[in-house]
Amino acid sequence: MTTFASHSGFLTLRSLRTLSRQPAYLLFTLVQPMVWLLLFGQLFKNIARLPGFGTGSYLEYLTPGVIVMTAMMTAGWSGTAFIQDMERGVMDRNLTSPVSRGALISGSLAYTAVTTVVQSLIVLGVGLLAGARYSGGLPGVLTVLACAVLLAMIFGALSDAVALLVHQQEALIAVSQFLVLPLAFLSSVMIAPGLMPGWVGTAARYNPLDWAAVASREALGAAPDWGLVLSRGGLLVALAVVMSWLATRAFRAYQRSV
Amino acid sequence: MSTQQITRPARLGTETAIEAVDLVKTYGRVRALDGVSFTVRAGTVFGLLGPNGAGKSTTVKVLTTLSAPDSGEATVAGLDVRRQPGKIRRAIGYVSQKPSFDPVGTGRENLVLQGRIHGMPGRRAGQRADELLARFGLADAARRRAGTWSGGMQRKLDVAVGLMHAPQVLFLDEPTTGLDPQARLEMWAEIGTLAQRDGLTVLLTTHYLDEADHLADQLVIIDRGRVVASGSPDDLKNELSGDRIQVELARPDQAGEARHAIVAATGQDGITADGTTLRVRVAGGGTALPRVLAALDDAGVEIAAVSLSRPSLDDVYLHHAGRDFREADTSGSRA
Repeated sequence: MTTFASHSGFLTLRSLRTLSRQPAYLLFTLVQPMVWLLLFGQLFKNIARLPGFGTGSYLEYLTPGVIVMTAMMTAGWSGTAFIQDMERGVMDRNLTSPVSRGALISGSLAYTAVTTVVQSLIVLGVGLLAGARYSGGLPGVLTVLACAVLLAMIFGALSDAVALLVHQQEALIAVSQFLVLPLAFLSSVMIAPGLMPGWVGTAARYNPLDWAAVASREALGAAPDWGLVLSRGGLLVALAVVMSWLATRAFRAYQRSV
Repeated sequence: MSTQQITRPARLGTETAIEAVDLVKTYGRVRALDGVSFTVRAGTVFGLLGPNGAGKSTTVKVLTTLSAPDSGEATVAGLDVRRQPGKIRRAIGYVSQKPSFDPVGTGRENLVLQGRIHGMPGRRAGQRADELLARFGLADAARRRAGTWSGGMQRKLDVAVGLMHAPQVLFLDEPTTGLDPQARLEMWAEIGTLAQRDGLTVLLTTHYLDEADHLADQLVIIDRGRVVASGSPDDLKNELSGDRIQVELARPDQAGEARHAIVAATGQDGITADGTTLRVRVAGGGTALPRVLAALDDAGVEIAAVSLSRPSLDDVYLHHAGRDFREADTSGSRA
């Protein structure tokens, strides 16, 4: 277990070192959330006046959702690092070294978690500057970060698995194009659950992005329903575990193909 | 070269460092390995020689536990590739055909990471990294990103990374492919000292005949997933009794007459023809050559060039695989 942890740590540090030498990458991933928050948020700001919306400020409603959505989108590219390692001989060398397959996945997910926290704090800060207030305080902010990290792990593991199965960057583009946007619109990220068409509400109940958005918004609110937060958080934890396990299994498929 | 290595005591307690028995591996309908068997003695350099697509890399992938064989058995450092892959990964170094360092990391960072993965404490990993950087002449570039290094330096870094944890067996898959002649000679020198100085067992794959000839104590020639010949380079060449006379004709239409004349002069009918080039193997080439020339002259065959040579691994390949090495190399796909 200690070997597992130290191997994951070495791999995470390697990825962070890469990021520290190419910091522009982090900036690129911040463009989208700024568009959602500052443009979309402004454009649709009167939506919050609709009867039944439930909150006064659309920006406050939108910010936690944009944070978890950004976590999901960025994590969708997680497999890119695997593809680069596979195109070079780095993956093959790791697989013939005493690194466990689980450590390769957890190293990748730990890196995703760290970048997600940084990104989420930046988006939270921009929201604050734009006028959003987070009544939930520190417990609320920590819950948002936890939800963002769990969601990032789910989609990071999915992205890693797809990378191992298909070995092509194009496949990851497909993941983000065909999955991320539909999931965003089949959730309560942009519109209150009470105002959604019934079928969207039903679909959202099975959407991990919605779990994270609901829990985050609830925890940042003035009077959080912690039961709701925990139930959605529990679903996120369970799915993160399942996806990590599946991603680890995907190495078998990769090794059959080499 | 080979005699001094045969007498060196084996490191592993057992004489055998690698044993492959009847390995079969298929990818879909392609039979990449079709019953490959060979034995590598500890402390020697062993060559897997063959054209592109012959199954060399697949063999290495099976032996390094990257890929599981469909059938057959193999042991590396006395460990079974199917049942003890974890232990094998501690005992081997693997330098794949593709560059396997992280281009964003510096040379030293790449080495230290590999050492840490093999359980070295930080300081020892640093010392070992500096040692290897010095040995491969990379010390000056050690703290620059490896992605900015020259091709030859990068390839040396790949090998150094494979050596970081002082493995018992080192696998080098096409170590000099893509290198310029100077870098290639330097790499040869490094590989040559690995077995001699470090007592390491080295298995290298190559599609360069001269590389196998120069470096390998023992080698197998692989063609279409099968071992077609095995032995030391000298043994393999000596097996082809006699020297090779090669005649290049000035006129393609005289091939038939030339063939008759050569058969008559040498008493050999094993003549191989390749366009306007005819080759024949004779005992005592020095005395046979004038007779061949006289016979061709009498028959009125116009000659563009003639050469007499000791057997090369080219001839060995041609003899065993039944086709010309370079042709096979360009027609084969990557494997």
